[in-house]
Amino acid sequence: MEKNNTSIYKPGRRDFLKNTALGSGAFLLGIQMSCTDRNKFLTGNPDATFAPNVYMSISGTGEVTLIAHRSEMGTGIRTSLPLIMADELEADWTKVKLEQAIGDAKYGDQNTDGSYSVRMFYPQLRKAGATARLMLEQAAANEWGVDVSECTAKNHQVHHTSGKSFGYGYLAEKAAALPVPDESQIKLKDPKDFKYITKKTSIYDLEDIVTGKAGFGMDVEIPNAKVAVIRRNPEAGAGIKSYNADAALSVPGVQKIYQMDAPGFPMGYERPLGGIVVIADHSWAAIKGRDALSIEWDRGANHDYNSADYIGDMSGLTKKNGSIKREQGQIKKALAGATQVIEQDYRIPHFSHAPMEPPCATAHFKEDGTCKIWAPVQDPQWTHRAVAGALEIEPEKVTVNVTLLGGAFGRKSKPDFVVEAALASREYGGPIKLLWTREDDIQFDFYHFSCAQHMKVGINADNKVIAWLHRSIFPPIAGTADPNGKQASTFELCMGMLDMPFDIENVSCETNEAPAKIRIGWLRSVANINHAFAVGCMIDQVAEARNMDPVDNMLDLLGPDRNIDFGSMVDGFWNYNEPIENFPWSTARFKNVINTVKEKSGWGKDLPQGRGIGFAAHRSFLTYVACAVEVEVDEGEIKIPMVHFAVDCGVAVNPERIKSQFEGGAAFGASLVLMSKITVENGAVVQDNFDNYLVARIQHAPYETEVHIIDSQEKPTGVGEPPVPPFIPALCNAIYQATGQRITELPIKLA
Amino acid sequence: MASYTLKINNQLHEVEATPDMPLLWVLRDLLGLTGTKYGCGKALCGTCTVHVDGLPMRSCIVTIDGLADKSITTIEGLGDNKLHPVQKAWMEEDVPQCGYCQSGQIMSAVALLESNPNPSDEDIDAAMAGNICRCGTYVRIRRAIKKAAKLS
Ligand code: FES
Ligand code: FES
Repeated sequence: MEKNNTSIYKPGRRDFLKNTALGSGAFLLGIQMSCTDRNKFLTGNPDATFAPNVYMSISGTGEVTLIAHRSEMGTGIRTSLPLIMADELEADWTKVKLEQAIGDAKYGDQNTDGSYSVRMFYPQLRKAGATARLMLEQAAANEWGVDVSECTAKNHQVHHTSGKSFGYGYLAEKAAALPVPDESQIKLKDPKDFKYITKKTSIYDLEDIVTGKAGFGMDVEIPNAKVAVIRRNPEAGAGIKSYNADAALSVPGVQKIYQMDAPGFPMGYERPLGGIVVIADHSWAAIKGRDALSIEWDRGANHDYNSADYIGDMSGLTKKNGSIKREQGQIKKALAGATQVIEQDYRIPHFSHAPMEPPCATAHFKEDGTCKIWAPVQDPQWTHRAVAGALEIEPEKVTVNVTLLGGAFGRKSKPDFVVEAALASREYGGPIKLLWTREDDIQFDFYHFSCAQHMKVGINADNKVIAWLHRSIFPPIAGTADPNGKQASTFELCMGMLDMPFDIENVSCETNEAPAKIRIGWLRSVANINHAFAVGCMIDQVAEARNMDPVDNMLDLLGPDRNIDFGSMVDGFWNYNEPIENFPWSTARFKNVINTVKEKSGWGKDLPQGRGIGFAAHRSFLTYVACAVEVEVDEGEIKIPMVHFAVDCGVAVNPERIKSQFEGGAAFGASLVLMSKITVENGAVVQDNFDNYLVARIQHAPYETEVHIIDSQEKPTGVGEPPVPPFIPALCNAIYQATGQRITELPIKLA
Repeated sequence: MASYTLKINNQLHEVEATPDMPLLWVLRDLLGLTGTKYGCGKALCGTCTVHVDGLPMRSCIVTIDGLADKSITTIEGLGDNKLHPVQKAWMEEDVPQCGYCQSGQIMSAVALLESNPNPSDEDIDAAMAGNICRCGTYVRIRRAIKKAAKLS
């Protein structure tokens, strides 16, 4: 993960005046324009283009094209970032066209991962929009021979105080001739004048999606493209002894079969796993051809990997002293002197991302040595580098077009499947659409790490928590690329373990070695899944031991309002790539979401037999979230009638999409808690489709999810991942309330 | 290989295929109707749902040889060039996130409402349980179905 070095703009005081009629107001302006200003300088030279920066252009016809440079996988980012520009630009959203950027460093960071798109680009894109707005105002001022201060851009036009106006189309050619103004002249909008930011806007692709027209990676159609599928060694990365393709080649439509070399282990994040590639006229022929292959596999370096045993071993290791990553006071002494010690082990299995659209990519390697890609990728620049590297061609010869992503959750940040397509295209000598079946997706993922944890918390005679021991062991992401990456890194442990915020005197946070035995990758909220689960469940047990209400217990443990100085507690503290001065760990903001959830959820109300409500709170990706989950357990069947979230993500850029991320995050968390599990036997993944890798369906997911967004003027932070971590322990704690059973292992098994 | 004539969205299409070819791949790979999605290939996820003679079917397990004389409707043909009330409700509730599962969700919802114009929560669960949305848009799917029931 690279350092984020963009400067951060501090918004001024936010005016709370809300223009509630904004939606209809914008509509009225539109009417007014078309009725009274039809021929009055709305448009200009149709060939003119005003493109003040890489993210936008305005044509002489008045059409505004905004570049969506980050990948759309369901968060709404393809809409939200252009909306930020459109707002500062005073563009009329109905006249905006979006164009998806290819992978190109000129757009800045395009790695759509880690919930930082809005955080990183909010200041920059506001400035980009405001710059263009000023230039349009200046162009109008020049035309009228007046001072620019008398000109105001509003809804696709620049107005003079006298009542005259020009449309953006008319001004495009004139603005294009102006020098880009100095940054000091740029004035960002007063937040009270926002027309899109913090308001509701539907996603740009909405109608295309509901009519089946939206273009996902799977839907790319290139003339004469063949479809390829690959049979990979069940032990990811291991090779092939021999194979026979005779039967496969006789399947109608199969064109070519060849062997792609296997990389061994660890293979990194971008190297194909190798295998036998079947190229055919269409998907069905390719799949049938693949089924007809007979292959004798090599055994791999991880043929002895059994995930059930391995997690047992890790759990054993958590009982021993580990390498200490955070230490305060004297943990041993404190635990020895405690009057009550609560001890608990936690386990979670591997999980698979299983986005509804499996990995897929279309590649066309041409005779002239260029290669064009169309693929649903989270990180088009990495894809670009990986493809150029694998084909051993200059980066300029590769173009990566980004389609819509049918879900991703971290899987599609790794470009391995695109490299497969590129290599297959070169081998075949024509365009190739590479398809991963669901079986491929579930069997050859970059899995979430399985994890064993051990916690011990000591309480003294005054009912005060005085000792906190937390050991967390899991094979790190780095182990997929580096044989020396045997132990969880600080950045992984800073997701919910080392950033433990409670005001406790004696603390020890430890880890230990656990080499990766399968491809490990990042899954929506990454190690926060492990740590929020353990910490959130433990805190609930601590509340019980202290005979306190869980919410009061947490508020008490947080201590006085302060920004926690983790920099002095943890070597190399990782604050999601942001300096902690810019994005402090504020216990006040944390308490605020906790209190909000308490108030909104009706916390403390009486519930009938078989029902329970659980609570948890967690800060991840710099966003503060508290969560209360209500469950109903009937003969072992768990239903989730209600979820309340409170979220403080700073300025809520697109509240409607924030809500949808939390609704979806709860469903995602429900899968992890209730049913999902990947097991590995003798190096091979056991599960292979949705009948054995279970995910939440409509009847399992929360029936209602209410999202309470804190009205905040802080810098905006991400919302894609933060819903998941607190939901997990909140659900587990609710199940405890309903059944009396403590949940210490995911997915849960009720006795 | 054999030749088949299929009636899809009220249009006749002629295709060459082996008899075991699933309708899903006929639609997507032979006819370019890519609104119907692949998600599992085994009738486990619902992304490939279409209507065959008005009934919801998983096109990944319906083979082409049984489709003569049947009328097939896909997401592309749902509203007859207008938005179907279910599509409208879907838009009003801003249901989609990534959108990949939504053709299948909408086709299942339309079939539900055609057979049961006023479904209860249990009816919705039963009819929609076969459609996975990994983005977790379920709350809104339920809301949109109820809204569509009122719209139509
Ligand atoms: S693709 Fe047909 S049900 Fe999943
Ligand atoms: S909207 Fe993404 S899978 Fe349903």
